[in-house]
Amino acid sequence: MINAIIGGALIGISASIMLLFTGRVTGISGIMGGILNPKSSDKGWRFLFIAGLVVGGLVMVSIQPDNFVVKSVATNIDYVIAGLLVGFGTLLGNGCTSGHGVCGLSRFSSRSFVATITFMAMGILSTLIFRLLRGEI
Amino acid sequence: MRNLIGFIAGIVFAVGLSISGMTQVHIVKGFLNIFGEWDPRLIGVMGGAILVHAISFRLITKRKSPILNKEFLIPNIKTLDLKLVAGAALFGLGWGWAGICPGPGLTSLTSGAEEFYYFISAMIVGMVVFQFLQRRGLFK
Repeated sequence: MINAIIGGALIGISASIMLLFTGRVTGISGIMGGILNPKSSDKGWRFLFIAGLVVGGLVMVSIQPDNFVVKSVATNIDYVIAGLLVGFGTLLGNGCTSGHGVCGLSRFSSRSFVATITFMAMGILSTLIFRLLRGEI
Repeated sequence: MRNLIGFIAGIVFAVGLSISGMTQVHIVKGFLNIFGEWDPRLIGVMGGAILVHAISFRLITKRKSPILNKEFLIPNIKTLDLKLVAGAALFGLGWGWAGICPGPGLTSLTSGAEEFYYFISAMIVGMVVFQFLQRRGLFK
């Protein structure tokens, strides 16, 4: 649990760096959406933020490879279905775990509160259905 | 300079995700598995992040502007609409199904595990489809 809190604090620090320097909310889905949107003009920092995520991941993969081992019975089709839902849903709902869950809740946004409760509840439901379909329950 | 800040913040974010366990799908799915063997660690991640950022947010927004921009670009819409709830619901379904959300998915790509490539490729498709439909005037 202590690692979870320390890691979480680092995520909070990252969001603080972005807010202090650029004045922006650190929402990963929003940053990705901006890169993919042909009309978006400020792609530079967005691209470098994602590059930072990947490079940071590379560093951590070399230090703690065990932290990236996938322990799940899900198939590749499951990941495709999930990815489609996550991509579409986060842009429709204007945020994911970072934008709504961390940044939004930190500033007591009512929209983010509603979004977080909703995606947590649906995440629980989804996990339940997943386990039921595989006969785990 | 803004690009450099983005890069540094991205690295810090990725390190935080990895240390906290969010790149491990069984930890995320374990948290959402409240009717089974529940894993509480995601509370620590969210709690740590919110504790830090709730304090820093109040301190930083006392400034007239951020260091590298003219003004803060913080969403100030207050309306709760169907788009917000439907979007969060679809996201939650996908999140629980795979145990991956956008940040950990991107951070984990360099591990080489194919699961993350299937997830992120499909996520990009989902985003592009949304933006296509949005340009067609849906979701107004």
